[in-house]
Amino acid sequence: MSGQNGMAASALDARSVTFSVDAKRLLDRVDLHADRGQFIGLIGPNGAGKSTLLRAISSVLKFQQGAVSLEGEDLRSLGAKRIASTLALVPQIAPYTQGFTTFELVLMGRYPHMGRLQVEGEHDDRIAGEAMRLTETEAFAERTLDTLSGGERQRVFLARALAQEPRILLLDEPTSNLDILHQLKILTLVRQLVDDGLTAVAAIHDLNLASRFCDRLVVLAEGRVLAEGLAAEVLTPETIEEAFGVRSAVHRDPSTDALMISPIAAVDDEPGARGRVGRTASAAQYGIARREESEAASAIG
Amino acid sequence: MRGYRRMGVGARLSLGTAALLALVIIVGLISLSLGPVEIPVTHVAWILISPFGINVPEFGRTEQLVIEQIRLPRLVVGASVGIALGVAGATMQGLFRNPMADPGIIGVSAGGALGAVVAISTGAAALFLLALPVFAFVGAIAAAFLVYAIAAVGGRFSMATLLLAGVAINAFLGAVVSAIILFLPDNEALREVLFWLAGGLDSRSWEHAQIASPLILGSVCVLLLMSRDLNLLMLGDDEARSMGVRVGRTRVLLLATAALATGAAVAVSGTIAFVGLVIPHIMRLLLGPDNRVLIPLSALGGAVFVLVVDTVARTIIAPAEFRLGVLTAFVGAPFFIFLLIRNKRQVYSL
Repeated sequence: MSGQNGMAASALDARSVTFSVDAKRLLDRVDLHADRGQFIGLIGPNGAGKSTLLRAISSVLKFQQGAVSLEGEDLRSLGAKRIASTLALVPQIAPYTQGFTTFELVLMGRYPHMGRLQVEGEHDDRIAGEAMRLTETEAFAERTLDTLSGGERQRVFLARALAQEPRILLLDEPTSNLDILHQLKILTLVRQLVDDGLTAVAAIHDLNLASRFCDRLVVLAEGRVLAEGLAAEVLTPETIEEAFGVRSAVHRDPSTDALMISPIAAVDDEPGARGRVGRTASAAQYGIARREESEAASAIG
Repeated sequence: MRGYRRMGVGARLSLGTAALLALVIIVGLISLSLGPVEIPVTHVAWILISPFGINVPEFGRTEQLVIEQIRLPRLVVGASVGIALGVAGATMQGLFRNPMADPGIIGVSAGGALGAVVAISTGAAALFLLALPVFAFVGAIAAAFLVYAIAAVGGRFSMATLLLAGVAINAFLGAVVSAIILFLPDNEALREVLFWLAGGLDSRSWEHAQIASPLILGSVCVLLLMSRDLNLLMLGDDEARSMGVRVGRTRVLLLATAALATGAAVAVSGTIAFVGLVIPHIMRLLLGPDNRVLIPLSALGGAVFVLVVDTVARTIIAPAEFRLGVLTAFVGAPFFIFLLIRNKRQVYSL
């Protein structure tokens, strides 16, 4: 294990990561840092580059410039299996699974830990079983994935990521398909694992959940880091307007003591929006640029 | 089918292997005993084990010659062809994430056919015994390479392009073969070409077995070693990559190995239709999608299927022979249609 040098050990450090497709910059000099045992939330509008960043960090996607280090070692110097046994990625959209059962899929998480001639043994079964217990997916262990709901599938892929026994967990919209009960359960689970020493980076659309569960937030917009810091520093009406083009109110929820964001209206649509000064004008510019970006992304995708 | 508890990989593998190996042996013994010279199964068994220094009762010298020089080499070639098509089919279906893929999908069979037709029409086939297989093999591998090169053009490899390039090259090579056939000068060559194109195992000798079987068994070993990687590839490139699979390298190796096995099979048997499609599919229905089970058992299943159909082909209208490639299509095509209907939604959602 890493982190002998105490609390501040760096788990993940991305510096100036840049990724372009056909002259379109999807990531523009992005920095992202996570200490061991931190839960980082990635927030930002659709097409901001959150998924792309997670894919770049997990070396699924080869970025052109910048560097990522995992536990102090350059990602490019690490072998594929070494990376996958350090870091696991939970995809946003569960892939088509070809008739494999939940248990078989979760057991595939053991791949990076096994030699070519090895077959999964009791040890691997136990780890897969534990991952399924944590994610409450045991009940459908023997069912094929096409019989499960979207939320159940998402939990299966979290279980598989946990079976990789990663020290860094990347989650792409882990709660997007879940009902509020399972949103809470999954984020509480990740929070627990983080408190036990795991490092997590999650792209989360729900700003309220992000502010409640994450240690720090990174706001991405148009492939750039717009703001970074504690929820209270980042989730200001100004930043939210700049990133999302939405006027909002931020207050503290008395029952959870977390920040709550109430979106009020899209800046573009507001009557008299043009009359206001400064930030609104720049947000409108962002709004236009953002639409272009998402069009570019969908054309590529 | 959905709710059942699936046995572990080891259990499925050993049970399936035991059952299919037993079938191979039974079918093999029966196949060796049938033919113009009727040889009792017991004699067949004695002849097979006598070289190992085991004392066995008397058997006829003619019987021994028929087995050792005619039926056994044919059986070995047939089993090898079945194994090759079975594993290559399972591999292609996994790589293309589509149960409709078959071993010829990247142009191997069409390339092999062109090689053979060129060998026959130029007279090269008559030069030495293995000239025809060598031409067919070279054609098969060249076609596969061409299809791959098209899909990899510009450094951006895509499976969709690979599939479409395969379709295009298959059509093109088929047209070239037809053109050559149209301009064949004599009827003898024409007959020979059509005969080869229909695929069969007639008068296969130990020489054929010697060139094809080692290549095929080697390919099977490579595919077995990579079957777990193929499992992950089936879930998608990104998925596989994020789990530590080196996707590009793994895929090229799998494609090349499957093409090699198919090319070797085509070289010694011509095009044998539908084995590579049907067998892995049946195995998948019975045993689930795990390639660590699917690949070895598709190998054995392919062997059983080819041996059974070949035995029928050479006995059903004796003393004449039915072409093996024709008969496998008789069984395979209706099954393929059945699959199409059964998997309609899946196929159309491509």
